[in-house]
Amino acid sequence: MSPTQWDFPVELCCRPMAFVTLTGLDVVYNAVHRAVWDAFCANRRADRVPISFKVLPGDHEYPKCRPKRTSYEWYIPKGILKTGWMNKHLNLVPALVVVFYELDWDEPQWKEKQSECATRVEIVRQSLQGRNTKVAVVLIQKKTPLPPGEDVIASERAAALCNACELSGKSLFVLPHTDHLVGYIIRLENAFYEHAQTYYYTEIRRVKSHKEFLNKTTHQLLFVRHQFKIAFFSELKQDTQNALKNYRTAYNLVHELRAHETNILEIKTMAGFINYKICRLCFQHNTPLDAIAQFRKHIDLCKKKIGSAELSFEHDAWMSKQFQAFGDLFDEAIKLGLTAIQTQNPGFYYQQAAYYAQERKQLAKTLCNHEASVMYPNPDPLETQTGVLDFYGQRSWRQGILSFDLSDPEKEKVGILAIQLKERNVVHSEIIITLLSNAVAQFKKYKCPRMKSHLMVQMGEEYYYAKDYTKALKLLDYVMCDYRSEGWWTLLTSILTTALKCSYLMAQLKDYITYSLELLGRASTLKDDQKSRIEKNLINVLMNESPDPEPDCDILAVKTAQKLWADRISLAGSNIFTIGVQDFVPFVQCKAKFHAPSFHVDVPVQFDIYLKADCPHPIRFSKLCVSFNNQEYNQFCVIEEASKANEVLENLTQGKMCLVPGKTRKLLFKFVAKTEDVGKKIEITSVDLALGNETGRCVVLNWQGGGGDAASSQEALQAARSFKRRPKLPDNEVHWDSIIIQASTMIISRVPNISVHLLHEPPALTNEMYCLVVTVQSHEKTQIRDVKLTAGLKPGQDANLTQKTHVTLHGTELCDESYPALLTDIPIGDLHPGEQLEKMLYVRCGTVGSRMFLVYVSYLINTTVEEKEIVCKCHKDETVTIETVFPFDVAVKFVSTKFEHLDRVYADIPFLLMTDLLSASPWALTIVSSELQLAPSMTTVDQLESQVDNVILQTGESASECFCLQCPSLGNVEGGVATGHYIISWKRTSAMENIPVITTVITLPHVIVENIPLHVNADLPSFGRVRESLPVKYHLQNKTDLVQDVEISVEPSDAFMFSGLKQIRLRILPGTEQEMLYNFYPLMAGYQQLPSLNINLLRFPNFTNQLLRRFIPTSIFVKVKLSNFLLFKFKVLKTNRLLFHVNFTEQYFETNSDSFAFYYMYLAVLLFISIVTFYRI
Amino acid sequence: MGRGLGGRVTSGGSRDAVPGAGPPKMAVCIAVIAKENYPLYIRSTPTENELKFHYMVHTSLDVVDEKISAMGKALVDQRELYLGLLYPTEDYKVYGYVTNSKVKFVMVVDSSNTALRDNEIRSMFRKLHNSYTDVMCNPFYNPGDRIQSRAFDNMVTSMMIQVC
Repeated sequence: MSPTQWDFPVELCCRPMAFVTLTGLDVVYNAVHRAVWDAFCANRRADRVPISFKVLPGDHEYPKCRPKRTSYEWYIPKGILKTGWMNKHLNLVPALVVVFYELDWDEPQWKEKQSECATRVEIVRQSLQGRNTKVAVVLIQKKTPLPPGEDVIASERAAALCNACELSGKSLFVLPHTDHLVGYIIRLENAFYEHAQTYYYTEIRRVKSHKEFLNKTTHQLLFVRHQFKIAFFSELKQDTQNALKNYRTAYNLVHELRAHETNILEIKTMAGFINYKICRLCFQHNTPLDAIAQFRKHIDLCKKKIGSAELSFEHDAWMSKQFQAFGDLFDEAIKLGLTAIQTQNPGFYYQQAAYYAQERKQLAKTLCNHEASVMYPNPDPLETQTGVLDFYGQRSWRQGILSFDLSDPEKEKVGILAIQLKERNVVHSEIIITLLSNAVAQFKKYKCPRMKSHLMVQMGEEYYYAKDYTKALKLLDYVMCDYRSEGWWTLLTSILTTALKCSYLMAQLKDYITYSLELLGRASTLKDDQKSRIEKNLINVLMNESPDPEPDCDILAVKTAQKLWADRISLAGSNIFTIGVQDFVPFVQCKAKFHAPSFHVDVPVQFDIYLKADCPHPIRFSKLCVSFNNQEYNQFCVIEEASKANEVLENLTQGKMCLVPGKTRKLLFKFVAKTEDVGKKIEITSVDLALGNETGRCVVLNWQGGGGDAASSQEALQAARSFKRRPKLPDNEVHWDSIIIQASTMIISRVPNISVHLLHEPPALTNEMYCLVVTVQSHEKTQIRDVKLTAGLKPGQDANLTQKTHVTLHGTELCDESYPALLTDIPIGDLHPGEQLEKMLYVRCGTVGSRMFLVYVSYLINTTVEEKEIVCKCHKDETVTIETVFPFDVAVKFVSTKFEHLDRVYADIPFLLMTDLLSASPWALTIVSSELQLAPSMTTVDQLESQVDNVILQTGESASECFCLQCPSLGNVEGGVATGHYIISWKRTSAMENIPVITTVITLPHVIVENIPLHVNADLPSFGRVRESLPVKYHLQNKTDLVQDVEISVEPSDAFMFSGLKQIRLRILPGTEQEMLYNFYPLMAGYQQLPSLNINLLRFPNFTNQLLRRFIPTSIFVKVKLSNFLLFKFKVLKTNRLLFHVNFTEQYFETNSDSFAFYYMYLAVLLFISIVTFYRI
Repeated sequence: MGRGLGGRVTSGGSRDAVPGAGPPKMAVCIAVIAKENYPLYIRSTPTENELKFHYMVHTSLDVVDEKISAMGKALVDQRELYLGLLYPTEDYKVYGYVTNSKVKFVMVVDSSNTALRDNEIRSMFRKLHNSYTDVMCNPFYNPGDRIQSRAFDNMVTSMMIQVC
């Protein structure tokens, strides 16, 4: 039997199609016939009817039909289904035979041709003797036929031909050989298809008709057979629904058969066939769940029908095939559009198929382990006369025997032996691997990475069994990391063990060492005895010797491996292996830890390397070196096995170089950092630990960074979470878990030993040269060199500040825009220990607000670290925040000559400009001078001399000035007229003489200038005296270009008598002035209302007296006559009117207008004394 | 020694053991898996290949992961912890359960054990969860470490098929 014995026959797996044979076509020599045949069979698309065509000669012999059985009474079937039956109906017995014949309707020799055609039909009928196969005739014609009914000859001759051939009219076709051949062919084959369906229908009826003759005792097998046949014919008829129904019935009938060890294979075979058909049809009908359910039922029913124990591997082979076939069907359906899910996909079936294949292999191994001397039986019991079996699933040496008793036990034994010996030749691993890789492909598709890994492990193991170690190792190595990264150590150990065997058997040094390292490590779940065996092997390998073979390896393979290892030893070559450990879990753990996160450059950098071995026996290492990002340090951090010559040292290092299992070994390293590395990070980039030596073999374990491997990050996390108190250890021993890797450190500059003080008087005033005194004092023990000062605005603040801040060392001159905001590296020179140095710094701040200033002093000093002289650069910085404020506020206002507030001024009429300078500085200010720079439009009425020169203002004090100005008429200017600038020169009172004076320019506000038609001013004395004449002169100026009519009236006042024009009407010419003279005579003392002047301009009705009153005084102070005053006083004293008296005195003081005041004051004192004396009296 | 025989012997043995041993013992393998998918606890029937169950539990995490990610969108309080049947194999059924802290429980049950309904599995998981919670409450237990608790062990034993 072929190894594909378990494969389903092709005729079972194909899609059954109606079988139609074409005769009378000479496809080799006749071009027309060739074209017809091509049109039938070439490029058949899915939309064409399902027919399988075959060209046969007209006299082809079809399989003979068995004579009809009239009774089944004595018939005993020999098996369920004949092996040839399906093929017979698919490829041998046609549903329809078509006779092609070239004949035109107008054929001149019609009679002869007609009879020749009839003969051909007759020959076909002869060879189909007894079958229901239909016969049809196709006339190949050269001419295009006329529409039916029009060609009278045609219909006559057609009828005649049908008659001659004994054909119904429906079986005669005409195929004109014209342009539209394919179209005609399609119509023809549709007609053939109908005939074929009728044929299969009758076949189904025929098979069904047998049923009634059967009885359940002897014809059990026939029930199944007939049911299967009906289903198969239904399929040929393309009636898949009925086919499915009948197959289901057949399936149930199969399981009703009485099963025995002798026929169980036949039953299973048939059950498998029918199940396959059912599942296939279910998928075709897009009911995948039905297919799955049927398959599950099938497996459950058949799982335990193992049959003969000696051939139990056959059952597993069969099971495996069932799963594989279902997997294929499932996969096929998916390709046609079915969607599978993670938990229900073909992969599971392939996986199960692989499982049964493995089981088959196991059983075959135990059942077929015959001695080599056992010969294959002769004659071959598996050989049959025909070369094939008569019935599916029967034994070749007892075909057709239905009895459950073995008639010939000897024959049976030989047969079984033959099968077992055959099974021994089967390459099981190949089958298993194929199935597994099918499954892998599926699981990859359905997001099952772990399932995929698991199957790949199985594949790898299978390759190992198949002795393909390279492939095994490749697969195992590929999946190892998945298990490692998820921490499934049991599984990883199992995989590693297989991988170690592979690498041993191939003598792959590096792999062997790598796997050993990990199997000895803490992730390995191996027992200690195994570990010590591996460790011993590893030490052997490192000493350039062969390791012992791994247990449970194939003896032959071990022999080969031993040779390979021997070759390895003799082979000179690179014996140093560097193994990066970050991707696995080796048996030596490493952690590097700097003592501090940063080191000053003047102290040695120190760090520890912690090592711990997890192997069962102590192990020695030969070298440990640490690499840094700055490779210059590498040379300082190497521990090496002392050379043989230096034996004294060797003893010292012995202990150090030996790792005791479970003990943490600490190795201290120190080196002096380079001064260039100040401010940089020193990082451990790798730690290399060499095991073995270069004379033998050397393995370098390479840890990236400060140690740690594939498992350590998780361990560190767990250790960090743990609250467990660790038992106390003796000094200088540490708990491994408590060591935290610190793989980098910063080198920082030496701590400065100088003091930097700042002396200044905040806040700074805008634009002043603010003085900052920096005092640097050295506290170093030796001289410091190259002291440099960097001072100014601290970088990184608002960019505008940089523009408005200027720093200089020279306070004597005012600095401008060109000065920088930060002065860098001002050399100061050297400083002896204890020496102190002062530096003045001037800062000019153009805007208010706070600023950060930086004062940074750097210097060089020589120092010694570890007997090594180095030059350290130290620096100290101070920052100070200084607020800048305005030194003073300047208020400006316009007032009339009467000191009344003006919101506008009148052209050509003098007004007053008052400035008010209020000191806001907390420090005294000296106003050096002030200056009023008038705009061209303004003119001054008197001298513009500064009135505040050298005034010192304390906080909150103010200095005011008053200027009398006048503005000519300028017409109507929008926004007012510029007044000019007010310039104040000032400095701090405390500032030194040579400090420049700061000039602050204040732009004066614009003023609105308005024209008035008439200006009136009055000339009058500053005061009057009772009953003394008071001359008053009013000047009336016409400011317009018009002649003005003016009505003037003077209203009398109680306090005055007056002379002059009381009421007048006059004209004033443009630009001229009219004078009005009055003589007032005061009658009462005190502030008195003057007789009011009313002017009425006829042309300017809105020139009101209100306006007028702004220019002319409305009242005047009238003093008493001195003689009268004294008399009056005494009278008052006499009347004891004290209160009045005091009031009077007060009032009196207010009148201090000129030199009389002194006199009055004297009087007042007199008066006061007299009052006091009066009271005493 | 035939395939399938092993399974039958085990389940048969358990059935024999049941009447005397109180409540039916059902699981053949029980595992607790950490959030990061490494095993915290795994125990299987000692008679059978331990590795096989390890692989089975490990591969079932594919389905667990998928179910969790599908569940991620659901509201936390509406979340069902019981994941149901993860996937069936020929001989075993694998059930899953995930706690709110993404610790997974996986239980492997013999396929032939038809007496076991979804409800029983659910209640077994709940018992397991309670016992696990007790383990977590132990101040000496460091979350993420392998579970080495006698109480938990006993609980698992009570749910496992006992082999005579």
